[in-house]
Amino acid sequence: MMKRPALLVALIALLVTACGAQTPASVGPGTELRTLTVFAAASLTDAFEELSAHFEAAHPGVRVSLNFAGSQALRTQIEEGAQADVFASASGEEMDALVTGGLADAQAPAVFLSNKLVVIMPADNPAALESLEGLATPGLKLVLAAEDVPVGNYSRQALDLMNGAYGTDFKARVLANVVSNEDNVKQVVAKVQLGEADAGIVYTSDAVASPELQKLEIPAEVNVIAEYQIVPLLRSPNLALAGEFIAYALSADGQAILRAWGFLPPQ
Amino acid sequence: MSSRGRHDLLFILPSLLLLGLLGLPLLALIARAADRDFLSHALSASALAALRLSLGTSLACVLITLLLGTPLAYVLARWKFRFKPWLEMLIDLPIVLPPSVAGLALLIAFGRRGLFGPALSAIGISLPFTTVAVILAQTFVAAPLYVRAARVGFQQVDQQLEEAAHVEGANQWQLFREVMLPLVGSHLLTGAILTWTRALGEFGATILFAGNLEGVTQTMPLAIYLGFERDLGVAIALSVMLMGVSILLLAITRRLETKN
Repeated sequence: MMKRPALLVALIALLVTACGAQTPASVGPGTELRTLTVFAAASLTDAFEELSAHFEAAHPGVRVSLNFAGSQALRTQIEEGAQADVFASASGEEMDALVTGGLADAQAPAVFLSNKLVVIMPADNPAALESLEGLATPGLKLVLAAEDVPVGNYSRQALDLMNGAYGTDFKARVLANVVSNEDNVKQVVAKVQLGEADAGIVYTSDAVASPELQKLEIPAEVNVIAEYQIVPLLRSPNLALAGEFIAYALSADGQAILRAWGFLPPQ
Repeated sequence: MSSRGRHDLLFILPSLLLLGLLGLPLLALIARAADRDFLSHALSASALAALRLSLGTSLACVLITLLLGTPLAYVLARWKFRFKPWLEMLIDLPIVLPPSVAGLALLIAFGRRGLFGPALSAIGISLPFTTVAVILAQTFVAAPLYVRAARVGFQQVDQQLEEAAHVEGANQWQLFREVMLPLVGSHLLTGAILTWTRALGEFGATILFAGNLEGVTQTMPLAIYLGFERDLGVAIALSVMLMGVSILLLAITRRLETKN
């Protein structure tokens, strides 16, 4: 009977130790293990994984923890109190909201990349889509990102521009073909990769990350440029380190890594 | 304080911790929902579309489950055949599988490029991104709960009763309808409600297999997930509505269980 409370105490002690394992522990003499938490737009997934690996290599004892999702989802998470040090957004709108909410300094957001839209199709192009006009062909299964996701918003802006080129009801006819509004750009890519959708609108950088997909370029006059912004978050306990990460993303080395994934320099 | 009192704390403190974890988030949700805009959020077009779709699909799921799951549960409870344990495991598997696995499996099986996709499209059927896909996803994850409850119910019926009915000249169908169904009715109802609540809450399999389109595949859980990013008020209102339905259904099952 007396052994049971002892067991309970031991279990609780174990639990507490396990929870505490995230706090700084030494990796070697003089170096402290620090974690930098970066919230980044889903479209940055491959590029930021590589960028972070290089950053970690140059900063012994630093671990970069990456959280990818639609920029709008990350913004809500930050507003609701998620602990993050750096936010990289695919749209200025999310950034403005954080500045308004006092979570980021008004002068701090830096445009560090840009991106543009492209239409993707499965490798065998089941709907035989050859031109942008084809997006309005009845029965085509089109997947977009939801309107609140930056790329979904840009896609609808581009369709507005196409109204001028392909007829005033073009956007409405294309939107009638939408079979799903996905939560982030990578979900759009996945639905097209699986061949469930005939086409999707994503960033050119996503097409670079998935070279097996067929692409349909969108001419500059009806394309939309996405400007990516990066910012340190004021609640961060690691502001200095956050600044170093952002400086690296803006440096020539960092930019070379990011652009290799199909991103464009800031416009 | 007696030593017994001190030991009681060893039970009370951990219990309170867990109860806090279970109860506080739900209380917070209600507290946050209690504002002037609750009704306008709850009655917004997208919330109502999600509610209508959720009710329609989950009821279709329950109907399919009753029609197909009742015979299956009866077979599992009464018939003896080889590989039965394997079959029972197969039926229980969706209960423990993560719903995202279920969604992926459904896509790989019945998607356009799935194992049976070409056969389905040959007869003009394309499932992904349709309301039917939502119902299939719900049935995949929720039907096993009914089959389980119904099987246990059928097993509890005294076999001698059935034998007696046989002697009286009842055939298999009469036996099932006139002897078994009245005896296990409340078990079936409990199972059906469990399946209904699970179908109402289905998220992972739906978003993977059926996608997300308002009025077609965007059920309440999907609208909550996406509303979280668009308009937290709508997401909270929908959450509270879903919680209310769940509490109601749980209360009904409790009543049924105490009656048994």
